[in-house]
Amino acid sequence: MSTETSGTPTTGDQVTGAQSLVTSLEAAGVTDIFGIPGGAILPAYDPLMDSSIRHILVRHEQGAGHAAQGYAAATGRVGVCMATSGPGATNLVTALADAHMDSVPMVAVTGQVGASLIGTDAFQEADIRGITMPITKHNFLVTDPAEIPQKIAEAFHIASTGRPGPVLVDVAKSALQSMTTFRWPTELHLPGYRPVTKPHSKQIREAARLILEARRPVLYVGGGTIRAGASRELRVLAEMTGMPVVTTLMALGAFPDSHPQHLGMPGMHGTVAAVAGLQKSDLIISLGARFDDRVTGNLDSFAPGAKVIHADIDPAEIGKNRYTDVPIVGDCREVISDLVVALKAEADAGHSGDYEAWVAFLSGVKKKYPLGYEQSPAGTLAPQHVIERLSAIAGPEAIYTSGVGQHQMWAAHFVQYEHPRTWLNSGGLGTMGYSVPAAMGAKVGRPDATVWSIDGDGCFQMTNQELATCAIENIPIKVAVINNESLGMVRQWQTLFYNQRYSNTNLQRQGGVVRIPDFVKLAEAYGCVGLACDGPDDVDATIEKAMEINDVPVVVDFRVHRDAMVWPMVAAGTSNDDIKYARDLAPDFDEDDL
Amino acid sequence: MTQHTLSVLVEDKPGVLTRIAGLFSRRGFNIHSLAVGPTEHPEISRMTIVVNVEESPLEQVTKQLNKLIEVIKIVELDPDASVNRELVLVKVGANAETRGQVLDTVQLFRAKVIDVAPDAITMQITGNQGKIADFLRMLEPFGIRELVQSGMVAIGRGPRSISERHQRPVAVPAPPAAV
Repeated sequence: MSTETSGTPTTGDQVTGAQSLVTSLEAAGVTDIFGIPGGAILPAYDPLMDSSIRHILVRHEQGAGHAAQGYAAATGRVGVCMATSGPGATNLVTALADAHMDSVPMVAVTGQVGASLIGTDAFQEADIRGITMPITKHNFLVTDPAEIPQKIAEAFHIASTGRPGPVLVDVAKSALQSMTTFRWPTELHLPGYRPVTKPHSKQIREAARLILEARRPVLYVGGGTIRAGASRELRVLAEMTGMPVVTTLMALGAFPDSHPQHLGMPGMHGTVAAVAGLQKSDLIISLGARFDDRVTGNLDSFAPGAKVIHADIDPAEIGKNRYTDVPIVGDCREVISDLVVALKAEADAGHSGDYEAWVAFLSGVKKKYPLGYEQSPAGTLAPQHVIERLSAIAGPEAIYTSGVGQHQMWAAHFVQYEHPRTWLNSGGLGTMGYSVPAAMGAKVGRPDATVWSIDGDGCFQMTNQELATCAIENIPIKVAVINNESLGMVRQWQTLFYNQRYSNTNLQRQGGVVRIPDFVKLAEAYGCVGLACDGPDDVDATIEKAMEINDVPVVVDFRVHRDAMVWPMVAAGTSNDDIKYARDLAPDFDEDDL
Repeated sequence: MTQHTLSVLVEDKPGVLTRIAGLFSRRGFNIHSLAVGPTEHPEISRMTIVVNVEESPLEQVTKQLNKLIEVIKIVELDPDASVNRELVLVKVGANAETRGQVLDTVQLFRAKVIDVAPDAITMQITGNQGKIADFLRMLEPFGIRELVQSGMVAIGRGPRSISERHQRPVAVPAPPAAV
C-alpha cells in the first residue's frame, strides 16, 4: 500500500485527535472537502487550515452533501463532506439517503458532542449514527482518538469498493481534543466485508449460452456500469454481438446516445423503442441495473417473455424484484470483459446469435416513434427546445446535472450524452435541489469541464444558496433554470389524473405580473451573472453568452411554456405495454414483425 | 409461511443489534424470536433469529443481512440437523391443594421448581417450542401469573462449528487515483 501523507505529523508523534483526523483524510487521498464548521467539529477546522486539503465553505450542509455526490459522480473518487453535530449532521441526511440510493462513494465526517455528554440530550446532540443507519452503507461513532485513522481508512475502503455508497464517521469532540498518536493503519479489520468482484466462470458460460440462443436479447444497462467504469467494455460487447442497448436514467452516457444500437432510456418516461426493447425481448441482460419500479412499471406484466441474466456487484439486487435465470455477482467491468472473452471464443468456433429480425423490428419502432415534442404556442418557449439547444451548444464534453421533475426527464431525453460521468442526477431518491450543489461539486472535481446545472424553478429554490459558495470560491458553474412557474411534474399529473385541478403547484402569485423571486436579480445578488430568455429567438444567443462567461457563475432564467408535458409516459402502476407516445396516443406495434 | 432459524455471526460492536433489528423492520420482515450472546471467540457474538417467511423473501433477508458490514456469516439451520432450545420461567398459582398437581406436571416435563411461595410456584423449563407450548398448556388451568421466555438458541449437530474459519485482515488499499 502507499501512504503518501502530505501533511505533518509523521507516524508516532503526539498530536490532537483533530490533527490525526485531518492527516488521516490526507492519507486517504482527499483533496477537497465541502462543509460547514460548528461547535463539535470545530477542533478539526483548526488543523484543516494548514492542510493540503481545500475546504469549500458551503451555505447549507445539504449543499455540502450533494456537492460531495456531484464530485464523486463526476470523478469516480470518493466525495467528502463535513458538518458539525446535531442540525449540521441532520442536514446531511437527504444527501446521504440520495447517495445510498444511487450508490455514490462518499464519506461524511460529522462532529459529535463530547463522549461524556453523549446520551444526555446535550446542546446540538443528535444520534446521527442511529439516524443514518438505514441510509448509509456503514457508519461509525468514534470516541477514542486512537481509532480515528483506522476508522477513516475503513470508511474510505467501504465507500469506494463493492457497491459504492455513503459512509458516515461521527467523531466525538472529546476525541478531537484529546492527544493521541497518528498511525495510518496497514490492515483493515472488516471480517464481514468481502465484496465479490470476480464473476463465476460457470455463470459467465451459462450467460453466453443464453445470449447465443436468444432471438430478441437486449442489454439493460444501469448506473453500475458507470460506477464500475465499464463503458469501453460495454461498447465492445454491444458491437461484437449487435445486441440492442437501453441505458437507464442512471446510466445515460455509459453508451453513446448517437450509437445506432442505442434505443434510449427505458421506463416511465422512456423512449418507445427502449420500452418495447425490454417488453418484447426474450432475454434481458441486466448490467448494474436493479429493475427499479420506474423501469419495470407493473412487475407482473414486465417483459413477460424474457429470461433474465442479472449481473450486479450487490447480490441482494439479484432476484429482488424479478426472477433471475442466470445470476452473476461481480464487478460490472469484469463481468462484461469475461462475457466478451466467452462470446469471442464462441464466435471463433462459429457460434453467434441471430438477432437480425429483432434489430430490424426495433429500428422500425425507433424510426416510427422518435423522441419529439409538441411545439409550444407561437412566441413562447418550449422547454425541450431550450435543452436541445443547450446540448448542441455546450456539447457532449460538458457535464450536466439536474434536479427532479419534468426538466430532469427532458434533460435525460434531449441532451445528447456520449460519455460516462457527464450526466449527474438524483435517480433513486428523487431529490429536488440536487442540481446546483451537485454541479458545484462536479466543477470542483473537474475544473476543466463546462458544468451546466439544468434545474427547475421549484428545485432551484431549494438549494440555490450555494450560488454564493460558487461565486466566492470561484466555482463558475452555469445554471439553466427551466422556469415554468410551477412544480411542473406534479402539475402534469394533475393535468392527466386530477382533472386539471392544480392544487398547490403554482409557484407564482395567481395572475401575478411580478416574478417572485426574480431569478436574474437573485443571481446578481449572489455575485453571479443573471440572464433571462423569454422567446425562442433568443435561446442560442443567450446560451452562447452564458458559455462565454467563465470567471463567475451564470444563471439563465429560461421562461418556458407552462403546459409542456413529458412524453412518452407509462402511468404509475400500469404495464409498460400501455405506454403512451403522446397524450392519448399509444404506439402501434405490429406483432407480426417479430 | 414457514419458520426458519438463522444463526448469524456478528462483530461484537455497539449498535449491531440496532442495525439488524432496523433492517428487519425496514424491509417488512417479522422477527419471531431473537437471542444474542457471546461465542467462543471474544470478538464475535452470535444471534439466533427465528423468522416466518417464504423461501424467496428469506433469500432477500439473508442477502440484506450479509450486506451489513458487521455481519460475518449467516447459516440457516436445518431443523433435522440441529438442536434448538428456549428457556421459560413461569409462575403459577398453587396452594396446598393444587401444589401436588403442579409438581406432577413439573416432573412429567422434566422442568424444575426454582421458587415456592405459599400460594405460588415458579418453575424453569428448557426445551424446543413444542415441549414448551405443551408444558404451558398443562399449567394454564392453575393460572399463569407471570411468564418470561428467552429467544430460541440453536446449534448444528455433529463435529463442525460455523465459526471455524478464521478471517484474515485486509491490507489498506492505496487512495484511488483520479479518473
